[in-house]
Amino acid sequence: MSDMYGKGILKGLSVSLKRFIETYLDNLSWLGKRYHTDKGIAHWGSKDARGIFTVQYPEEKIPVPEEFRVIPFLVYDEGPNGEKTLRCTSCGICPKVCPPQCIWIVRSTDSATGRPIPDPARFYIDVDICMNCGLCAEFCPFDAIKMDHDYELASFHRNVYDITRLSKSARYYESIRPVNARHEEAARAAKTASRTGQGE
Amino acid sequence: METTAPVQILDLSARFPGVINPDTRAGYSGWIVNSTDLLPFATALRNELDYDYLSSVTAVDYLPEGKMEVVYHVYKTAGGAGVVFKIQVPRVDPIEIPSLVSIYPGAEFQEREAWDLFGIKFTNHPDLRRILMWEGFAGHPMRKDWHEPYFEEDAKPLKSRWPDGKMIMAESKNLYGDNIAYPDGFNPESQTFDPEKALYEALRRYQKDETGLDTDHIIVNMGPQHPSTHGVFRVAVVLDGEKIINMKPVMGYLHRNHEKIGERNTYIMNMPYTDRLDYLAPMSNNFGYALAVEKLMNVKPTERAEYIRVIMAEMTRISNHLFLIGTLLNDLGAYFTPMLYALEERELILDIFEAVAGSRMMCNYFRFGGVARDFPEGTLQKIKDLFFERLPRKIEEIDRFLSENEIIRSRGIGQGVLTAEDAIKYSAAGPLLRASGIPYDVRRAEPYSIYDRFEFDVVVRTNGDIYDRLMVRFDEIRQSIRIIQQAVKQLPEGPVMALKPMYQVRVPPGEAYGRVEGPKGELGFYVISNGKPSPWRYHVRAPSFINLTAFGPMCVGQKVADVVAVLGSIDIVLGEVDR
Amino acid sequence: MESNELNSPNYEIPPELQAQVAITSLDKIYNWGRSASVWPLMFGLACCAIEMICAAASRYDIARFGMEIMRPSPRQSDLMIVSGTVTKKMIPIIVRLYNQMPEPKYVLAMGACASGGGPFKEGYNVVSGVDKFIPVDVYIPGCPPTPQALLNGLMKIQEKIKSEPIKTARWYQKGPDMAEIPVPMLGPDLIDPRKITLIHNGEKN
Repeated sequence: MSDMYGKGILKGLSVSLKRFIETYLDNLSWLGKRYHTDKGIAHWGSKDARGIFTVQYPEEKIPVPEEFRVIPFLVYDEGPNGEKTLRCTSCGICPKVCPPQCIWIVRSTDSATGRPIPDPARFYIDVDICMNCGLCAEFCPFDAIKMDHDYELASFHRNVYDITRLSKSARYYESIRPVNARHEEAARAAKTASRTGQGE
Repeated sequence: METTAPVQILDLSARFPGVINPDTRAGYSGWIVNSTDLLPFATALRNELDYDYLSSVTAVDYLPEGKMEVVYHVYKTAGGAGVVFKIQVPRVDPIEIPSLVSIYPGAEFQEREAWDLFGIKFTNHPDLRRILMWEGFAGHPMRKDWHEPYFEEDAKPLKSRWPDGKMIMAESKNLYGDNIAYPDGFNPESQTFDPEKALYEALRRYQKDETGLDTDHIIVNMGPQHPSTHGVFRVAVVLDGEKIINMKPVMGYLHRNHEKIGERNTYIMNMPYTDRLDYLAPMSNNFGYALAVEKLMNVKPTERAEYIRVIMAEMTRISNHLFLIGTLLNDLGAYFTPMLYALEERELILDIFEAVAGSRMMCNYFRFGGVARDFPEGTLQKIKDLFFERLPRKIEEIDRFLSENEIIRSRGIGQGVLTAEDAIKYSAAGPLLRASGIPYDVRRAEPYSIYDRFEFDVVVRTNGDIYDRLMVRFDEIRQSIRIIQQAVKQLPEGPVMALKPMYQVRVPPGEAYGRVEGPKGELGFYVISNGKPSPWRYHVRAPSFINLTAFGPMCVGQKVADVVAVLGSIDIVLGEVDR
Repeated sequence: MESNELNSPNYEIPPELQAQVAITSLDKIYNWGRSASVWPLMFGLACCAIEMICAAASRYDIARFGMEIMRPSPRQSDLMIVSGTVTKKMIPIIVRLYNQMPEPKYVLAMGACASGGGPFKEGYNVVSGVDKFIPVDVYIPGCPPTPQALLNGLMKIQEKIKSEPIKTARWYQKGPDMAEIPVPMLGPDLIDPRKITLIHNGEKN
């Protein structure tokens, strides 16, 4: 090649040098408030991010957006005396729609009459099969199963979650998905209002 | 829905009387060719009618009717709709069909796949071995009467999950505690197993150069455990010193039975599985599948959903090309600095995917009739920030960083050349085809969705070497940014789903081939429905798999150190190659 | 630090605990050295490998844990991160790589596919979990687990390393070296040599 003077390599190196210097200048301009602060973490996700791009897990965790999905969990409403009622009626839509079929539900039956009660006796999710698609949460008609945000699930053994491990309170759900929870509350209120309106 | 225009149906029937008959099944289109006339028909189609690009070859098992069918899709590189023709033979072993490799060499790997998974022998195929499973595997897995060891029912949802879903691990139902089944009377100690024998025999059949010194040729295996980050891919090369005499790629190390599982799933359940095909560009896979099923259902998405789809598809293209720039530079030896710069921008794009769809990679965002949900608050502003201000600047910076670098130029210019005729012959697609000088882009040749409303250029370079393929991708990123800027400005308000959300979709019987211009090439989904909740046949035309047909000819005669660079520039992803 | 100093600290220790105290302080240093510089085997199978690469990239820097040296060769690595679906065609190679890793070695099953077959469990070419063939230390669920989840899993491995006393370390025991895992063969279906009697029984049935 006749033009092997090294100009291209120098151009590339100048880009690296610019980024190198920018890193230190950017760090200094924060005056020490860059690490372990919420404002610093938000900066790295914005369009003005310059310099060091690293978010130092575990001391700094990027806040997950609302739609983020990991493993499903069952929502229970807390009554005035602290009793927990699961919203799930074991209708069976989520095991029907789960793509790898990792949900097992045993519907409870009334011990006296033998007819089915809308309550799950047993509910298993094999987390080692779950593909985090969110279809179960999307098609549940009772807002009973939702996708969790907690991704710190590493363990020393295989994971099959049963109903106790899967149940979390509605208050927790509202804290992780506020916008969705508000929409669903409004939809439920409108439905009860229309039903009471019809009843009159 | 039709894939051929009515005018062409009349033409072909007049042109080939007695040889072909139109396919008259409900919802189907195309032609059925007699088995004896296949080769003359295909030759005439290519030479006289200019249908020179064979897009897809696939097999279908019609067990109730006792027939095996092979379906071919051909297109013109000048653009426009294509021709679908099929050949049907009775489903009695041995099933033999003439091979099209002498006319369209791009059919080589696809015919091997049909032999492997369906048991169809192609006469006069140059090297008919199994491609995805290993030699010695018992049976042809995609046949309808072949059940896998964990088989429970023909179609999901399975009855064992509700209402009496006693949790039983699938392993405990199998005799061996694993999904293994042996043929009757199998004694493992009675024989030795050598799945590699056929590969090495095929490798040794090459032109021996009798002139010059008499040297020894050695066989070297590169992979499947290899530091170049493309996944589990293996190349067996025959070397004369440093020069490559013959080479054969070996795949199937990530064969995850996507198509067999797809036949058991319902239509909506297949959507998250398509994410895992080309896992660097998940939104395009969703797009192709949604297009194919929407053709069958005859449903059009809403306007806002169309614009959102285009924005997501172009963002995926940029994210994929950034990853490619990083890995190609890794393969050339610039260990990790360009990758760090490119991945930084990609992380910002993945943040938007996470906010909109819920996951950085496996997005599962598209639905039949639109998209799953609308943008949350603030996302549109983030997209505008990123694509109007930050990314154009950063792409110029990365371009300045890399494109005049002397090392990249001397390793890239003139190496791994794929000529234009070869590219068409071997059915190469996407940036591989466009870097060799053929301006074929599905978004322009047969526009889908709303791509005909945007102004963008089809990027072409003429040399067909490694350097051109890298530059084509930089240019494509710029064109994608242009499309996103137009789409964001024109984004209308409105609903994002044309249908009510339902988990059992009604799909009328028929066939459809939905193709999109994915970042790696033309990604096609061939779906056959028989009215039931699950598809009858579900085939993925994977661009990376078919681009590898050109890999062998590109590397023969080069030095072994260039194999990795050429492989990096073809841009394969194993999830697609092996499905 | 000399062992005399370790064995006679400046306060009264009951005689039963004396030996243990010495080893515990030595343990801490030994394990600190090991856990702060684990070298993973660059072993990306499928989609989870992309998240592993993102964990090694600039945003979730794995170099802060000392793990940025991803060795392609098993002879030079400590930790095998099985990231992606394990297929029957690939499992003989995985077992061979595991046998070639020198002690002390750890295995991390990243993602649903490596832990238990994942969404592809029902496939005819998929092994339902890599722990059918090699012993796994930490399982990380997710499909794919985000890089932050992977870093959490790596911290769990570090926790495990830190809790191993030298007295019970398997690579210092007297006796024969740890037996190699027999490599499975590819016949009409995958053949696990440890299950030969089971196959014969199955054949008789």
